[in-house]
Amino acid sequence: MFQTSLELLRFHWAAYSIYALLIISIIAWFGYNLTRKEKVKSIVRIPFYGYIAFLVAGGVGHHIFTYNAIPWVAEDIMRHDIKADHEYDITVAKHQWKLPEKPIHFKEGEKVRFNVRSEDLTYGFGLFRKDGTMVLQMQVLPKHRNDILWTFNECGTFDLTSTEYSGPAQYDHETGRDKMLIKDAVVVDCKQKLAQK
Amino acid sequence: MEKKSFVQTLIHGTDFDHTQLSALQKVTLRAVVMSFLFFGLVAIEGMIMRMVETGPSNPLPKMFNHPNHFFSIMTVHPIVGIFGSTYQLVFAAFMFLVPYLTKKPLYSVKLANAVWILITVGTALAWIAGFIWHYAPLYTLYWPLPADLEQFKLIGGFVFVIGVALIMIGTIGFIYNIYATIFARTGVHKNKTTKELLISGFGIDGLMNLIHKLTGKPPYSKEPALSLPVVAIFRGTVDTFLDALVILGAGILVLVYLIADAGGVTWDVHTVDSLLYKNFFWWGLDLVADGLVLIYVAGSWYLLATIITGQKLFMENVARAALLLELVVSWMVWSHHLLADQPQPEMMKLISGEMVTAFELLTQGLALFITLVTLWKARPLKMSPELAYLLGGLVGFGLAVPAGIIQADMGMNRVLHNTQWISFAHFHIALIVGLYMTLYSALYVLWPLVTNNTTLFSKKLTWTHFWLYLIGGVGMGAFAGMAGLDGMLRRHLYVNGEFNTWMILAALFGSMVLIAWFVFLFNIVMSVGLKGLVGIFLPAKDNVASYGLDEEPEAAPETVPAQQ
Repeated sequence: MFQTSLELLRFHWAAYSIYALLIISIIAWFGYNLTRKEKVKSIVRIPFYGYIAFLVAGGVGHHIFTYNAIPWVAEDIMRHDIKADHEYDITVAKHQWKLPEKPIHFKEGEKVRFNVRSEDLTYGFGLFRKDGTMVLQMQVLPKHRNDILWTFNECGTFDLTSTEYSGPAQYDHETGRDKMLIKDAVVVDCKQKLAQK
Repeated sequence: MEKKSFVQTLIHGTDFDHTQLSALQKVTLRAVVMSFLFFGLVAIEGMIMRMVETGPSNPLPKMFNHPNHFFSIMTVHPIVGIFGSTYQLVFAAFMFLVPYLTKKPLYSVKLANAVWILITVGTALAWIAGFIWHYAPLYTLYWPLPADLEQFKLIGGFVFVIGVALIMIGTIGFIYNIYATIFARTGVHKNKTTKELLISGFGIDGLMNLIHKLTGKPPYSKEPALSLPVVAIFRGTVDTFLDALVILGAGILVLVYLIADAGGVTWDVHTVDSLLYKNFFWWGLDLVADGLVLIYVAGSWYLLATIITGQKLFMENVARAALLLELVVSWMVWSHHLLADQPQPEMMKLISGEMVTAFELLTQGLALFITLVTLWKARPLKMSPELAYLLGGLVGFGLAVPAGIIQADMGMNRVLHNTQWISFAHFHIALIVGLYMTLYSALYVLWPLVTNNTTLFSKKLTWTHFWLYLIGGVGMGAFAGMAGLDGMLRRHLYVNGEFNTWMILAALFGSMVLIAWFVFLFNIVMSVGLKGLVGIFLPAKDNVASYGLDEEPEAAPETVPAQQ
C-alpha cells in the first residue's frame, strides 16, 4: 500500500488529524450535553463489550494493518535471511562518520543493507530527503551489530545525520552547525532515468 | 464585606488565614507552591528551546543558542518538569488524600516535609549542574554518555547525580509515608489484616467480585477495605518505587565511573553493555510514563467523577480489576522504546513493544469510559471549573494515548522514533493537557479542604486560565508534532530555521501556556496573599495529621504514632 515513508507519513497526518478533531468534538459535545436540563437521547448506544472489542480490535488491528501495508516491517523482521543487492559497512566514532564511499550509490528498487558500528557512544543512523523528511533511521549502539535492510522504492539524493543525541560535541561550538550532517551521502538513481539511458 | 484595594488583597489575600491551617494542610500547600514555581521554570525553559528552534532570527541572547546551553536546558527540562513539578504536585495531593479518604492520620508530617525539601533541593542541584557546568546527557542517560568526561565536566556529573539521588530519596520517603498510612491498623482499618489491605490495594477483590458475579456466587467482598482512588494510589506507588530503584541504580553506576575517574583510574565504559543498560533503564523509566502516570490519572479521574457527581462510580469492580491488569501491563511494555534498536531481539519488540503496549489502549480506554459514564448518569451537571478541567484531562489522554500507540509499531517507529511527534503529539499533550488538567481539576476540588474554604480571587481568571491553557497546550502539541512528521528530530539543534513555520506556531501556542501559568499564579497569590504565602512555610500551630475527623483515631500499637 505504501511504497515510501513519505506516503505513509502523509496518510498518518490525515488520519490522525481526523481522529484528533473527532475526539475533541465528542468530548466537547459530551460536555455541552452534561449541562443541559432536558436529557438528550444518546445518538448511539455503545454496549460495554462492544467498546472493549473496539479497543482490542484497534490495538491489534493497527499492527496487522501496518504489517501488511508497510513494506519494511516484514523485511526488517526477516532481514537476516534476505540477501541484499548491496552491503555497506559504516563506522562512527568521535562524532564522525566513516563511509565506504562518498556518495554511496545504487539504483532505485535495490535492496541495501547498512551495517553501522559505533566505537564509542550511542548514535542514530538517519537518511533524510532534501526537504528534511525522514527516509529511514535506526539507533546505533556502541559495540553492537546495528544493521538495517531497506528497499529504496524512491530515487533521489539523501543526507545523513545522527538521529540520536550523543552530546553537544555533535555541533560546532560557535555556529551550532551539525557536524555529523553529510550532505548527499546517498544517491539513488531513478529507474526511469536508467531506462532512458 | 468591605472591598479591599488591590495592594491590600495582594498582601492579605481574600480571606485566607494560614494560622488556622493544620500541619497536614500546610505540608500539602508547601509542596503545591514549589510545584507551581517549578512549572513556571519548565514553561520558560520550553519556550526558550522552541524559540531557539525557530532559527537565527530569534530574539534570545546568544548564549541560549549555544549547543552546550541548549542541551543543558533539554537535560534539566524533564527533571524540573516531571520531578520538581509533577511529582511534587501528585505527592502533595496524595499525602493529603490518603489520610482524607482512609479517615486515618498521615503516618508522618515530618517525613512529608522532608519529601518536598529533598525533591526541591535535588531538582535545584540537577538544574545547577546544567546551568553552571553544562552537564547534558539528557534524561535518557544513554550509556556511556553520562560518563563521557571528554564532553562533560566531572563536577557537573557529580552534582547532577547527587541531585537526582536526592529526588529519588524524597520519592522513597513519599512511598514509605503512603504505605505506612494505608497499612496502619487504626480507625476504620483497626480490624483489617495486612492481607485484606493488600488484596484490596492490588485490586484483587474487584477481580474476584467480577469472577463471583460471572459464576453466580455471592460477592467476594461487599465492602472493599480501600476506596478505589486509594487502590490507584497504592497500585501506582508500586511503580513509583521500582522506578526510583532503577534511577538510583543508574545514578550509582554513573557515580562509580565519575569517582573512579576523579581518582585517576580510567575504566572501560564498554564493560557495561549499552543494550542491556538501555533495557534496564527503560524498564524503570517507563514505569513513570506507562505505569504510575496512567494509574494515578485513572484513580484521579474516578475520584473526581464521584466527587463532582456525588454518585457511585460506574462499574467499580471492573475499574478495580483494570488496575490489577495495569500492574502486568506497565511492567512489560518498555521495549516500545527500543523498536529502533536493531540488536534488540525481534520477539521482545513484537511482544513487549507492540502487543502488550497495545493493552494500554484498553486500560486507559476503560478508565475514560468509566469516568464518562459516571458523569453522564449524573446529568444535568453545572459546568464548574473542576468539571471543565476534568474534561480537558480526558481530551489530553484521548489525544495522547493513541498517538503513542500508533508509534509503538515496528513500521511507524522506523520513521517516527526520536522525532518531535513522540515528544509533542504524545507526551507533551499527555503531560500538559492530560495530566495537568486532571491535576488542576483536583486542585479546585481540594482547594476548599486544604485552604479552609478560602474564596478564590477571581472566577474569570480561572476560566481565562482554563481556555488559554487548553488551547495553548493542544495547539503547541499539534504543531510541534506535525514538525515531527516532516522529519524534525526531538533531540537535535536546528540553527537555520529548517522547521521554523511549525516552530513559530508551536511557540505562539506555547506562549499561551506560559501566559496561562501567570494568570493562574496571579489568581492564587491574590487569593492567599503574599503574607499567606509566606505563612504556609511557617510552623503549624495545629499538629493534626488528618482531615475532617472530630478526633484522630489512636495509633496502631505496632506502628509509630503520627508525628509532627
